[in-house]
Amino acid sequence: MMELVISVAIGVLAGSGVWLLLRPRTFQVAIGLSLLSYAVNLFIFVMGRLHVGAAPVVPAGLAADPASYADPLPQALVLTAIVINFATTALLLVVLLAARGFTGTDHVDGERDR
Amino acid sequence: MTAQDHLAILPILLPLAAGAINLILAERRWTLKAAISLGTAISLIVVGVALTQRVGVQPVIVYRVGDWAAPFGIVLVADRLSAAMVLLTAVLGTASIVFSLARSDRAGPRFHALVQFLLMGVNGAFLTGDLFNLFVFFEVMLTASYGLALHGSGILRVRAGLHYITMNLAASLLFLIGVSLIYASAGTLNMADLARHWREGALANRALYEAGGAVLGIAFLMKAGMWPLCFWLPASYSASSAPVGALFAILSKVGVYAILRIGTLFLGADVAASPSPGTPWLVVAGMATLAYGGLGALASQSLPRLASYSVLMSSGTLLAAIAIDNVSLTGAALYYLVVSALALAAFFLLVELVERGRRPGADIVAVTAEAFTTRNAETEDIGTAIPAATALLGIAFAGCAVMLAGLPPLAGFVGKFALLNALFQPGIASLTAWAMLGLLVGSGFITVIAMGRTGVQRFWASSDASVPRVRLVEFAPVVLLLALCAALTLQAGPSMRYLDQAAQDLYAPGRYLGQVLNNR
Repeated sequence: MMELVISVAIGVLAGSGVWLLLRPRTFQVAIGLSLLSYAVNLFIFVMGRLHVGAAPVVPAGLAADPASYADPLPQALVLTAIVINFATTALLLVVLLAARGFTGTDHVDGERDR
Repeated sequence: MTAQDHLAILPILLPLAAGAINLILAERRWTLKAAISLGTAISLIVVGVALTQRVGVQPVIVYRVGDWAAPFGIVLVADRLSAAMVLLTAVLGTASIVFSLARSDRAGPRFHALVQFLLMGVNGAFLTGDLFNLFVFFEVMLTASYGLALHGSGILRVRAGLHYITMNLAASLLFLIGVSLIYASAGTLNMADLARHWREGALANRALYEAGGAVLGIAFLMKAGMWPLCFWLPASYSASSAPVGALFAILSKVGVYAILRIGTLFLGADVAASPSPGTPWLVVAGMATLAYGGLGALASQSLPRLASYSVLMSSGTLLAAIAIDNVSLTGAALYYLVVSALALAAFFLLVELVERGRRPGADIVAVTAEAFTTRNAETEDIGTAIPAATALLGIAFAGCAVMLAGLPPLAGFVGKFALLNALFQPGIASLTAWAMLGLLVGSGFITVIAMGRTGVQRFWASSDASVPRVRLVEFAPVVLLLALCAALTLQAGPSMRYLDQAAQDLYAPGRYLGQVLNNR
């Protein structure tokens, strides 16, 4: 059940992201990229397998058993990916504003719709 | 550990330190900033030469960052290919920085810091032995390149930069999806460990792994400018300022390098059960890229666009050549990679000099340079303007044309001849070989037509008799790069042997695996 919910969530995020990415307004593109990056972050996280009630590292009072704890590596990867996405999205927003200033329109090609 | 053992991390640390120092220094101390930047680039050349010497003795240098053993810790790996690429990057970086000293480094803020971070990202991508760090270094490189693509500002650059950034952000997300799919099926991201899993067939889910490799490949192919994914490239490369364009000549080669590394290491063809997935497609796509680049070059009315389409032609040649998956062809392709990167960088620098005063973009650079510079009157006097500029530019232009078209006597000819020679080895389907031969010769012919036409227009039939003011510091890097091409012609034997050996190392990764995984 949890797998289904998470896959639907990733699918909806990625689908909306791709749709917005293909739209002609720069703001839609920025939001689309953000949604896509949320989808990708969730995806990386899920690639470490889903665990319910598993200890992050070692359960209290038990010997360390690799099978009983969640894989910490995807979480580290997601953290890095979030930071990088955050920085590049901020950069993209600056460029969007500059393009808006130069071209006077928020169309991605810098031209008004015909 | 002796000092020499730290050689492998210097190409990352030096530009990182130089970039950080450059960020701290105020904009008005540009002499110091330029000196730091140039000094670092030159010391990177020294490090690159030292690395290429060292891999002759010790073919695979493993550097354990944090001193943890390979599958768990992060490693840097330098082999012949990475050492040569690091050296090439340093040469292009130096040429670009020297060129920018005349005035374009003051056309916008933080030029030198961005160049250093770009060099760090590119070197890191060449040296990393870990898939996730490859992503991180790609991002460092790309983020610096976003800043550099916008360097000098202006409506053209911002508009092209917007497309460039959006496309690359989308490609980065694909990169992440590919990495996580590979992690899900193999449980490791160390390249050597992945290669071991692949070779031993110890993968949890092979289909997932191959899908991850394919998604990853799309991200790299976009960077390399493969045909259906390359429509952003001519616009953004031709809009960027000259030193930036020269640096970007290495960026598409990073994509080619990643394809080559991953294709031979952990999606390699030597598994009997399954041939390397997607290779036949890559051959066709590389040829399509070559044809598209040729058509674009013929259609180009302006020199910057011609230079950008030449990048595509070079990428197409390389992709098709490495996808044919033959060791001696790959060796020839590596030689072609080096000489075409040098020639393209020289051409991007030259284009700005030839077009000076002719392009609206060049005026924007001049205006913003005045806005940002703190030494108003003196900037015009940096370096000496060289006499007979038009004649010298014409000769350099002819040199670039000869290099890019692959005509004798320069190294472009040696590269193309080596490719053609290697095409008719046993083991390559004759249809592929003949198609590739036709495309290679045809693209050379197209380059001659396109470059000849623009050369005649610019140098002989020019209606306005304005001679561009060219300073020595701007012309010197062009001459230096072309002289390196000439040197590579004279020393074609040793350099070809080195790169051929690099290709053989790639196709026999046993030593790579052993050195990385058993390094205690």
